[in-house]
Amino acid sequence: MPEYFIPILIAVGVITAIGLACAVILVVASKFFAVKVDEKYAALRDCLPGVNCGACGYAGCDSYAAALAENSSIATNLCIPGGAIVAAQLAEIMGVDVTTTSKKTASVHCNGTCDNTDIKANYQGIHTCRAAMLTYGGNGLCNYGCLGYGDCAEVCPVDAISLVNGVAVVDIDTCIGCGICTKTCPKGIISMIDTDKRVSIKCSNKEKGAVSRKECKVACIGCKKCEATCPTDAISVVDNLAVIDYDKCIYCGKCAHVCPMNTIHSEK
Amino acid sequence: MDFKTFVFILMTSVLVNNYVLTQFLGICPFLGVSKKLNQATGMGVAVIFVMVLATAATWPIQNLILVPLKLDYLQTILFILVIASLVQLVEMILKKFLPSLHASLGVYLPLITTNCAVLAVCKNSLTNESVASSAAPFVTALVYAFACGLGFLLAMVLFAGVRSVIEHSKPPRCFEGVPITLIAASIVALAFSGFGGIAENLFK
Repeated sequence: MPEYFIPILIAVGVITAIGLACAVILVVASKFFAVKVDEKYAALRDCLPGVNCGACGYAGCDSYAAALAENSSIATNLCIPGGAIVAAQLAEIMGVDVTTTSKKTASVHCNGTCDNTDIKANYQGIHTCRAAMLTYGGNGLCNYGCLGYGDCAEVCPVDAISLVNGVAVVDIDTCIGCGICTKTCPKGIISMIDTDKRVSIKCSNKEKGAVSRKECKVACIGCKKCEATCPTDAISVVDNLAVIDYDKCIYCGKCAHVCPMNTIHSEK
Repeated sequence: MDFKTFVFILMTSVLVNNYVLTQFLGICPFLGVSKKLNQATGMGVAVIFVMVLATAATWPIQNLILVPLKLDYLQTILFILVIASLVQLVEMILKKFLPSLHASLGVYLPLITTNCAVLAVCKNSLTNESVASSAAPFVTALVYAFACGLGFLLAMVLFAGVRSVIEHSKPPRCFEGVPITLIAASIVALAFSGFGGIAENLFK
């Protein structure tokens, strides 16, 4: 063996020996000083999806499980991504009655695709909605609609949002209902609605009909046809924009049928 | 080690060569955990604890293994390894035997694992003048590490006070949050630069 090789071997040997010693000490210590974790906590934590989205109101899945394990009066149905299945599992571990939640998914209230609306100016700034919002509310002809730079798609933890022809579109099957996008959208045009009750108004324009019609081919013009058609008075036009009261809505889809601008979408 | 050396080390490492405010090491926890006074104190105490322990572990490694084998150049990599495992070990022991202390130190212990100030104390305690000239270098090195930790604690506590004032002030909007905190930190550091030369001249 060449002589210059020996110091290298010594160096490698010393580092390996000390690293090994540290590892052995840590392994022994972890057995020796093992602390029992609350079984309930571990079981609860295993049920939770681990997305750490914060929709339950706690800092993450860990802290929700810890809070549940300590305090049985906390609701077991706070996990929205987990939905009814996780709520049932949590309730079983906690030994309380199952209170299910309806699964919610995000809906973008705009259908202003590149074919339906136009731009009012060329925007060459930073490609985020928040930056575009700072310059006269974005470059779209409609001042209420989707900006199309995908801030919502960026924050979505499961990549359920994609940009199709300039408008954010939510994939209902992928969406876990955490609601992060609703807080991110600078226009505030994303809301959470029940997954099995999907009738939504794909417009947020509050201008009068004559104006909004010029701005977008599929804008709500406030004609009140839906209001007149709705059998349960669940839909009403407020500020030239139709709004659905989901507590009254029976999801018949008649409003979507009569809407002259094709603004209301029934996704049943 | 006589009393004079003890006070000299204390003065130099707490005031003159304060790790955070003069040497700008360990800035991350300094800015991150200084929002509340009790958290800042907890972090400071944890840092003192780890600095003394780490020096107690690395000093023999350097002088008994690395120097005889002429492997001084491996100092940094070995010290990081040893400090990281030591902190893990300390955390396990605390969790088992002192759960209340573990809960109060909480996230700070793992945070210290890769704190550059701890590594710097371990390295500097080997080359520090008063340590090198001392009759009992190991004990002096431990005192030096303790004093450095004390300096960190002082910086944390002082800055927590400064930040509580910032919290209620209303800086221009563009300075809100981190910018005004950084400016405040720089001013506190500037104030500490005024201690330069004090210890040397006191003990002349």
